[in-house]
Amino acid sequence: MTPDLWIILTGILAASACGLIGCFLVLRQNAMLGDAISHAVLPGLVIAFLVTSSRNVLPMVIGAGVMGIATAYLSELLSRTGRLYKDAALGIVFTLLFAIGVILVSIFTGQIDLDQECVLYGEIAYTPWDTFTLNGQSIGPRAVWILGGAFLINLIFIGLFYKQLKISSFDPRMAKAIGVSERVWHYALMTVVSLTVVAAFESVGAILVVAMLIIPGATAYLLTSRLIVMLALSVLVGIICAVGGFFAASYFDASIAGFMAVVGGIVFVLAAFGAKLARRFARA
Amino acid sequence: MAENLCCLPKPQRNLSRNHNRMDFWELTVRFFSLADANVRQVIAGSILLGGAAGALGCFAYLQRRSLLGDALAHAALPGVGLAFLIVGQKEFVPLLLGATATAWLGALSINAIDRYTKIKLDAALGIVLTVFFGLGIVILTHIQKSGSGSQAGLGSFIFGQAAAMSRQDVVALAVVTVCMLSVVTIGYRHFKLVSFDTGFAFAVGLPVGRLQFILTTMIVLAVTVGLQAVGVVLMAAMLITPAAAARQWTDRLPRMLMLASIFGMLAGLFGSYISFLKPSLPTGPWIVIVVSGIFAVSILFSPRRGVLIRILRHYQHRGKITRDHLVKSLYRVGMERENWYAYYPVSEIAHMWSFTPTELRSGLSQLTAQGFLEREVDMYRLTQNGVSAGARVTRLHRLWEVYLTRYLELPGDHVHRDAEDMEHIITPEMEEQLSQMLDHPVFDPHLQPIPYPTEQKGV
Repeated sequence: MTPDLWIILTGILAASACGLIGCFLVLRQNAMLGDAISHAVLPGLVIAFLVTSSRNVLPMVIGAGVMGIATAYLSELLSRTGRLYKDAALGIVFTLLFAIGVILVSIFTGQIDLDQECVLYGEIAYTPWDTFTLNGQSIGPRAVWILGGAFLINLIFIGLFYKQLKISSFDPRMAKAIGVSERVWHYALMTVVSLTVVAAFESVGAILVVAMLIIPGATAYLLTSRLIVMLALSVLVGIICAVGGFFAASYFDASIAGFMAVVGGIVFVLAAFGAKLARRFARA
Repeated sequence: MAENLCCLPKPQRNLSRNHNRMDFWELTVRFFSLADANVRQVIAGSILLGGAAGALGCFAYLQRRSLLGDALAHAALPGVGLAFLIVGQKEFVPLLLGATATAWLGALSINAIDRYTKIKLDAALGIVLTVFFGLGIVILTHIQKSGSGSQAGLGSFIFGQAAAMSRQDVVALAVVTVCMLSVVTIGYRHFKLVSFDTGFAFAVGLPVGRLQFILTTMIVLAVTVGLQAVGVVLMAAMLITPAAAARQWTDRLPRMLMLASIFGMLAGLFGSYISFLKPSLPTGPWIVIVVSGIFAVSILFSPRRGVLIRILRHYQHRGKITRDHLVKSLYRVGMERENWYAYYPVSEIAHMWSFTPTELRSGLSQLTAQGFLEREVDMYRLTQNGVSAGARVTRLHRLWEVYLTRYLELPGDHVHRDAEDMEHIITPEMEEQLSQMLDHPVFDPHLQPIPYPTEQKGV
């Protein structure tokens, strides 16, 4: 496969993995979680770097994963005190963690050079050259394997627990009544989201992940009111963003991740107008 | 591009250089005496920013739009790139105008998505944030690749330079603050209504859309002006955290606005102070940490809404429930055996109700201390006060049962659970009203007698 095809495949896998799980974030009105996590992982990265004093990916991913889950859990805990709104709780937690991260960076700035280039924030354009090797044989880019794995895990998670996720997202009270704990599924979902986000950051960069967590799900939400259709549509929108973003980026010679988000925006606007027109026709 | 993606502020230029040899007090005096022009600028800027963002954040908080600042701060990026493309160099005013223009466009898009589609606000914020920021990255990478070299550090416009508060920043902040203060003062009543009850504001014919638009515009201005000084994320924090902290102390909007501004200003002042003390520490993040500390204190210790006071009240109420059950159980057993003042061993009392061992121990010792019980080795009995306390709990329980059967027409076997809760809550005034309303009933729905204080005297 050519590098271009690998990049497109990486983009598709990242967009689909994030899109699938993002549907639930959109439904639960928790769409800003991805953005919050993307900032809150910074102290986790710095601490992992300081502890292992290396740029190994694994400790970094663990550090970031811990911070990602901490963001989701802490903000939930804060808003469950009933003393402030959910969005404010999320904002307070992630800005504080980010501030701590920046301070850690500046304290240890003599020892590390994390401040200029955040190691964990990947760039999709470079993924084809970072390959896995098996028995001395290259078996394709690492990012494809990681994101493919994340996509599969998300697919299996949603497939296995479809009913619980659906009912606890749409009707928490009903869920409680039939013995599905809203809280347990919320935390399970948050954990899966955090891990997906961190794994994907490492391969393709933050903006792409945050965008693909929200835009495909929201676009699909505009077009259907059935969850299963919404999930399928979100994958489709993710594919359109990945392919469209790649070609737009190579045409204009600019960032692929940035263009994927922009294409997502265009698709969203089209879908919004489409949905409006469809409703008008349906009424007429 | 990696550095843009993680929104890190650029290496800090610091307030305090070459004063490593000064000690803590010397530095403190130098900072607070405002002798240094640079220090004056940073203090003025941080305080203005903290105050203005704190107050504006209250309106955002009440409308559950706390993350608006975060989204708008990201939406400023394409404006910076476009302004650079047009002007061709990094100049403060064009970049600021560009940033304001796209952030404002972002705000309009958020309102439009929120209003005309079924997408909820959180997703609308996220879509605008990522699409605009993505566009910004596209423009910046495009500039970089066609680069003339003068574009370097363009990103720092939105990622902030922390301790480098320039004169222009301070002037811009002052202008925004004055604008905001006058707008908020003039339209105070309207903004209040829109923030608390949009539906009602609509109903009484206020131009809700226009009012929200004005508020959003003020937030856009604060964000774009503050960005350059403290960066995207820290700007978002200045809009969220002071307001959330202030909310813990008061239910009144004027006080909340005042407190949020004060918290913002304090954070600005002490954030710059800390970074003045330690040359390696940047200002912006310290401002956030100080304001987060204020928030933590607020949510834990605020006297009315605080988490600690609630836990305390919860335990107090639990204690009262245990004590009520103790005197009630002893009273009932006394009634059955027609001997109020017999001693009962602890083991026997434990079986009268489902007490946990800790509850039992603390309940018994508290009641003894309050003079409701008397203790003899490991046995307890009611005092005269204890008997009337037990009679009162029983009376409240049975009065409530009568009330429910008579006024809500519930069947007699459905009222016990509810009365179990109410017997701990009813105040003497409510009791008085209840028994008057029910005309001092003699029996409860289960035909058990209701003990009144007068009867007790004979016992």
